[in-house]
Amino acid sequence: MKKLILRQKYLIDFTLSSLKRRLAKNLGLLLVYTLIVFLLASVMLFTHSLRREAGIILESSPEIILQRLVAGRHDLMPAEYLDRIGRIRGVTRKAGRLWGYFYDPAVQANYTLMVPRDRDLGQQEVVIGAGIARTRGVDVGDFLTFRSSDGRAFSFRVVDILEADAELVNADLLLVSEGTYRDFFGIPADRFTDIVLQVRNPSEVRKVAEKLTVLLPDARPILREEILRTYDSIFSWRQGIVFVLLGGSILAFVIFAWDKASGLSAEEKREIGILKAIGWETSDVIRMKFWEGSIVSLTAFLLGFILAYLHVFYGQAALFEPVLKGWAVIYPSFNPTPFVDGLQVATLFFFTVFPYTVATIIPIWQASITDPDAVMR
Amino acid sequence: MIELDDVKKAFNQGRPNEFWAIRGVSLRVDANRITVLKGPSGSGKTTLLSMIGCLSRPTSGRILLRSRILSGLPERFLTEIRRKTFGFIFQQFNLVKGLTVLENVMLPAYPLGLDHQPLKEAALKLLGQFNMESKADSKVEWLSGGEAQRTAICRALINDPEILIADEPTANLDTRLSREFMAIIRDLKQQGKTVIVTSHDPVVFEYAGIDTVVEMRDGNLAEA
Ligand SMILES: Nc1ncnc2c1ncn2[C@@H]1O[C@H](COP(=O)(O)OP(=O)(O)OP(=O)(O)O)[C@@H](O)[C@H]1O
Ligand SMILES: [Mg+2]
Repeated sequence: MKKLILRQKYLIDFTLSSLKRRLAKNLGLLLVYTLIVFLLASVMLFTHSLRREAGIILESSPEIILQRLVAGRHDLMPAEYLDRIGRIRGVTRKAGRLWGYFYDPAVQANYTLMVPRDRDLGQQEVVIGAGIARTRGVDVGDFLTFRSSDGRAFSFRVVDILEADAELVNADLLLVSEGTYRDFFGIPADRFTDIVLQVRNPSEVRKVAEKLTVLLPDARPILREEILRTYDSIFSWRQGIVFVLLGGSILAFVIFAWDKASGLSAEEKREIGILKAIGWETSDVIRMKFWEGSIVSLTAFLLGFILAYLHVFYGQAALFEPVLKGWAVIYPSFNPTPFVDGLQVATLFFFTVFPYTVATIIPIWQASITDPDAVMR
Repeated sequence: MIELDDVKKAFNQGRPNEFWAIRGVSLRVDANRITVLKGPSGSGKTTLLSMIGCLSRPTSGRILLRSRILSGLPERFLTEIRRKTFGFIFQQFNLVKGLTVLENVMLPAYPLGLDHQPLKEAALKLLGQFNMESKADSKVEWLSGGEAQRTAICRALINDPEILIADEPTANLDTRLSREFMAIIRDLKQQGKTVIVTSHDPVVFEYAGIDTVVEMRDGNLAEA
């Protein structure tokens, strides 16, 4: 037993000294390898946490949103529709919402203007998302002035800034009172943007939606589960694009690794011959090379993953911002809670460490099963 | 100690460039003797030596080590026999570059899983016998030819083999170093080792201390 351990120790010692002897080659390999793992892991961690954040946020959104369509286009919702819906079994709450987009020429960005349900605001008060606060450089107590659609200037005092942990969706949000909203956009008192309905039991959602289409033929119910699905596919799509872009570099890496790992140099071949001639077993040689491959790939994997983790969760995923979050001009600053999915790590591990180790071993195996008498020449 | 019985060796058998390097050699090598294989270049000395040393297998015929037939043994056993019984000194010395003299000497013992300290001491002691202890921590690529050879000898001896095999050991040495090498060989014989050497260097096969000279020609023994 002790012999076995000592033997492994000698093999690892020898492996380490071999790595040191071919330092330049191995460092180069490690660098490229780490970079690939870093990129792949970054994309994985990033899209995953994006999706998670979006999911968490949508959890609290209403089960059904009802929009009115006129000639196939989204139109304002008459308030009387709320009465026409009446009482549908399963619906625990219904309410009209007021929201819309507003273009701010000062920073060339779109804001989302909204009337909050759970908050009473004064006529000149506004609550803003952290993204707006950043781009406009305002803080609580400062004033913001916007020009309405009919040219009047509205001045608001910032009374609060929305907390940053849900910033992905509220970065560009402006909350104002109902009166101000109607005045600013010129929306009559008997109109809403849309209607939201809360349904406690998920299995009743579809039934409720069917009843709504019968009751209000010109309205379209949008289900939360559908939004979730759309989000999901958008994220998958974006992730897909990034993966395709990465595909090229992965391919390059595979070729590179194959070349480095499998193309035994004449010197390495000779070394294997010497080791075998002086009494090393084929299995010793393979094990030694296995250690070599494992040490390189594990180091690269750990380094790359840790770097990706820091990049995504502490560096705001700076590299991917334009690609993955490009739907808004006001970039939400992205501070997701660190979260690592075991299965993802395993997948990544399998697709990087495993092929490399195999690529190192196969040629060694070929070289080490041949008769060692070549070293005599 | 070693018996060869009608040993033949073909390279590229069955292909157009088939070549019989050894064409039926029967030979006895006695224990505690110095045996020299000589003969012109291409006569098959190295080929025969590598079969004796279990580095390759004969195409036909039998090789016996202490009456044990080696030819049919699986690779794993051959490796073990090679490690325990034979010490090799190669023509190009075949030291592993980038490692120190000491590491090179210890290399054949790694698969045995011995304790590090006694192994290191044994290696240093061997190096001391050959006046190499001052070079123990030098990288082998900086050694002179004579030093490289003495390192190779120490490496061949680290597992205390019974049989020492040397292929053209003096090819890279001048006459003085060649004589020194033969003196070392003679000492080793006095310590009980069996030595098999190939050479076409007169310094080797005309050396007074050797016991047997076997001459080869075109894959056969030339009856002397
Ligand atoms: N792997 C091989 N494939 C084909 N032919 C080979 C192979 N190895 C050796 N030979 C041939 O076998 C013959 C004997 O070679 P060997 O190396 O045994 O000669 P040698 O007596 O040691 O010569 P030298 O004194 O020059 O070292 C040579 O003609 C050589 O070309
Ligand atoms: Mg030869």
